[in-house]
Amino acid sequence: MTTLDLSPAPAPAPAAKRILRHGMIEARLLIRNGEQLLLALVIPLAILVAGRFADAAIANSSIASMDLLAPSVLALAVWSSAFTSTAITTAFERRYGVLERLATTPLGKPGLLAGKALAVIMIMLGQLVILTSAALTLGWRPEFTAPSALLAVLIVILATATFVCLALLLAARLRAESVLGLANLIYVILLVGGGLIIPVARYPVVLRPVIEALPTAALGEGLRAAAHGHLLGWPVPVLLAWLVAAGLAAWKGFRWTS
Amino acid sequence: MPSPDSAVRVADLVVRFGRRAVVDGLSLEAKTGGLTAVLGPNGAGKTTLVRCCTGLVHPISGDITVLGLTAGSRQLAGRIGLMPQSAGSWSGIKTVELLRYLAGLYANPLPVPALIERLGLSDCAKTSYRRLSGGQQQAVNLAGALVGRPELVFLDEPTAGMDPHARRATWLLLRELRANGVTILLTTHAMDEAEALADQVFIVDQGRVTISGTVRQLTKSGGTLETVFLSHTRARAAS
Repeated sequence: MTTLDLSPAPAPAPAAKRILRHGMIEARLLIRNGEQLLLALVIPLAILVAGRFADAAIANSSIASMDLLAPSVLALAVWSSAFTSTAITTAFERRYGVLERLATTPLGKPGLLAGKALAVIMIMLGQLVILTSAALTLGWRPEFTAPSALLAVLIVILATATFVCLALLLAARLRAESVLGLANLIYVILLVGGGLIIPVARYPVVLRPVIEALPTAALGEGLRAAAHGHLLGWPVPVLLAWLVAAGLAAWKGFRWTS
Repeated sequence: MPSPDSAVRVADLVVRFGRRAVVDGLSLEAKTGGLTAVLGPNGAGKTTLVRCCTGLVHPISGDITVLGLTAGSRQLAGRIGLMPQSAGSWSGIKTVELLRYLAGLYANPLPVPALIERLGLSDCAKTSYRRLSGGQQQAVNLAGALVGRPELVFLDEPTAGMDPHARRATWLLLRELRANGVTILLTTHAMDEAEALADQVFIVDQGRVTISGTVRQLTKSGGTLETVFLSHTRARAAS
């Protein structure tokens, strides 16, 4: 049997290495999870393909539908990874004691959050590359300008941060099984009714002000406008307001143990 | 001031969840380099005590000093190891993958292959955590607490679910850790575990210490540790 030197020698690895390690392991576990892959890639790809060939339900012609659908599906990908996947993953990490264990390692609480953010970014970049390639293959011809592309990046960053904060709040307050059900339910409800896939202008007039106040609509409308080279201002303050509220709520309400 | 001989010092700790006092004026000290056992029935406050010591639960009053620092201090990160009562692992991760990940958070970790061999996990090194037996999961959890070579480890019911062979192997490992200067604070229901290992025993009931001492001191009147436990704790109604 190999002899182990059990004498104490505690010393943390460099912070960047710890965060990278955590981001890599979370991303790897997420990629292995079939349900998460369904949310991250299969559903968005199915909507892209269905929208391209089934036509009309979302736009009036197949060509126009790709112009609207491709940025909408990218918004959906952000929504699924930053909110639904993060909420479910974190809820089970809390239930299984993963958060409890990691909070006492050199990774600590700030490193854990940074590592989670890195995992979400890595997954989202993978989604964006695959979905953008698929959309271009299906005929999407985006008209981004430099300013509209920059605005789109800003909107994605703000939306991601907002959704992650909301996900952490949800994961911290309910049992893991409840989070699993509720996060999927919220995903579907806002996919259909949150301005992510369907442009706000297609909802009944009376509902539009409410939908425009949602962070999902701010993301969807912002990306659709940017992909046409337009600069849409209102999504930024809407997302900022949500981010402040969600960030404070998550900071106050997050629990590391079940 | 905490004694330099005390790795953990808890004084008059009170924790409430809603209106219920989970820990109610608990005080104890765990000596540096020793093995301290906290015995208590379910719901006595043992896990909450460990969570307070690791900074995960904040008491409404009382003081906790861990390695001379306030519990939860960032300077403690990495100096302590924790084996939580719940799994402490992702369900889909492989044993070797989890331990390599945890080892990567430290500058001088234990070598993962040797740790896996020492804990008898070689045959299931590439098995997903959820497919391990209860005893194997406990062994992985213990390995996760030790891989960073901590000065102090908190073990929350470390041998629950282990078969007698695995328990004895774990006891041997805990003795080796103590001999190497690691301070151990463990919670347990098992009287034989406390009798076999502990330098100091604290029996806890309803959030407070009801009696403490060495096993010899506690049993000097002729009873066993179990009779002392039974006479200093109250039975919970079956739920």
